Amino acid sequence: MSKSATASASVADPSPATESGASSFHRTRRLLLDVGGVGLSLAATFFGLLVITFVIGRLMPADPVLAAVGDRASVATYNQVKAAMGLDLPIWQQFLRYAGNVLQGDLGMSILTSHPVLQDLARVFPATVELATVAIIIGVVLGIPLGVWAAVYRNSLLDHVMRVLGLVGYSVPIFWLGIMGLLVFYLELQWVGGPGRIDVYFEGEVPTVTGLVLVDSLLAGDWDLFYNALSHIILPASLLGYYSLAYVSRMTRSLMLEQLNQEYLVTARVKGVSERRIVWRHAFGNIQVALITVVALAFASILEGSVLTETVFAWPGIGRYITTALLSADMNAVLGGTIVVGTVYVGINLISDILYRIVDPRAR
Amino acid sequence: MSGEAALPAPGLRAWLLAEAPTSGWQAACGRAYRGWRVFARNPLGMVGLAIVLLLLFCAAFAPLIATADPTLQDLTQRLQPSSAQHWLGTDRMGRDTYSALVYGSRVTLYIVVLVLVISAPIGLLVGSAAGFIGGWTDRILMRITDIFFSFPRLVLALAFVASLGPGLNNAVIAIALTAWPAYARVSRAETLAIRKADFIAAVRTQGAGNRRIIFRHVMPLTLPSVIVRATLDMAGIILTAAGLGFLGLGAQPPTPEWGAMISVGRENILDQWWVAAVPGMAIFVVSLGFNLLGDGLRDVLDPKMT
Repeated sequence: MSKSATASASVADPSPATESGASSFHRTRRLLLDVGGVGLSLAATFFGLLVITFVIGRLMPADPVLAAVGDRASVATYNQVKAAMGLDLPIWQQFLRYAGNVLQGDLGMSILTSHPVLQDLARVFPATVELATVAIIIGVVLGIPLGVWAAVYRNSLLDHVMRVLGLVGYSVPIFWLGIMGLLVFYLELQWVGGPGRIDVYFEGEVPTVTGLVLVDSLLAGDWDLFYNALSHIILPASLLGYYSLAYVSRMTRSLMLEQLNQEYLVTARVKGVSERRIVWRHAFGNIQVALITVVALAFASILEGSVLTETVFAWPGIGRYITTALLSADMNAVLGGTIVVGTVYVGINLISDILYRIVDPRAR
Repeated sequence: MSGEAALPAPGLRAWLLAEAPTSGWQAACGRAYRGWRVFARNPLGMVGLAIVLLLLFCAAFAPLIATADPTLQDLTQRLQPSSAQHWLGTDRMGRDTYSALVYGSRVTLYIVVLVLVISAPIGLLVGSAAGFIGGWTDRILMRITDIFFSFPRLVLALAFVASLGPGLNNAVIAIALTAWPAYARVSRAETLAIRKADFIAAVRTQGAGNRRIIFRHVMPLTLPSVIVRATLDMAGIILTAAGLGFLGLGAQPPTPEWGAMISVGRENILDQWWVAAVPGMAIFVVSLGFNLLGDGLRDVLDPKMT
């Protein structure tokens, strides 16, 4: 995505040396063109998303009409239902119908909950957002400084420890780590709350405002609930945070190493700039823009990791919604969840692309 | 070099390291040998290689290594701790965990190999075709690749398996469908670097068509990068497969699959934690092995990536 966007940036501006009076106009125009280009590629990606989910929905070996009418229905009933479901239309018309429905927010009904899938997803989405947000905060707040230090003190003990932590993070199954974490920290040590978002007796204690229990409990001034929710979220969020820490610190390290070898740092040193300032203001200042993309990718991969994590921790979010629907062959719910996760994924990439353009002076 | 004197056949070594190899075969062997010498200097890479070889060994000789039939249920022996008879204990059906682990290596290897056999050629073909032909072909193929890339891999695999139905082969297909875009990107990047090379122009003047150039001259050269990428990807494939197995969507019982074994052991986690812990360790060790091997291979085959 960023590759095509960069290409459109260079096309949009054949003459970098614009007059100062017109430059702000050109800048705005280019930004708009860029955003337009990004929007176009977003539309293409979303179209692809629809095609893929449509195809997946049609791959099913089971006959959806037969599932709806039962095997005792007459041929006439069968044909009637088939027509009602739009399955007698040519395949491209079926696709248009499907795409139209999705664009209008109609993801079909869930067999499992007998609610519209979109309504279900809106209900479970905040839980995932809450988990992913706490996780990315853990990953970024720890990962970036650790990555910077690992680069500055290259081949030190810290650098090696970080490398091992990263390797372990890339190799260990997250659901297994979750189970083992529950065993040690919940069942044995009882340091943290168990599965679920809050203890059962707190259920329904405060009104839902944002859907984020941590925020809602604070808004209601209910500290007991807040601590309870915190004790439940801390383990799954730390786990997901660990995975993004592994990624964020590794990327930070390699970005920093690139900067630390540059000659402008030698110049700064010769000028007598303190080492601390060199690292944090000069070198780190130059990688901040690239880090936006790294953090966005980390956030997106947390979404993916949340599927298995939520299943292990009985976390009532979108990941668990998808896996529960899977096990009862609730295709509408699965595909709806896939579309929403895919859209969020694409959306995060889009936001990071736009932020990148706004923040990076070279892209302006 | 310290190891030189210890080598058994100086004649062979001289043949391998000859400055002017007399045949393509000798040159290839020499190149492989030099690569191996670089690789062997990396202790972590060697550890990774050892782990992968151990996996291959277990898979090949499972009936000889295992102490029991992994599917044999014995309810009088359920949830046993480690003992002389059951080295790593038993699960809640009384099945021997050690033997299930050994046979599970076959399932893991089966998944990894099959995913690669399906996805690497697709990725290679799409990538080299897009890079070499360029223009609209490139734009359309890469847009499709981007679309697959912009999906969370596990979610896409889940949706595929949901539709195809649970099972080992469907899990393999689902993972393969999410794995090929990475190879397409790598092989496109490599192709772009060599498409303007003189030897390509020379082949073309001799009358070779696009298809011949891509298959005979471009794809072999992009292969090393794809191999490195694939090795680094294997840990991801194993973890995805284990996740599908854990959710009950991969290999079906009684096939001993490591992810599914964790799922079984999870129900007795409080009192018999080892039932779930052991297969997780196996997944971890094997993924680690592929990651270490991949890092080592990357240093040899593709130094510019480090």
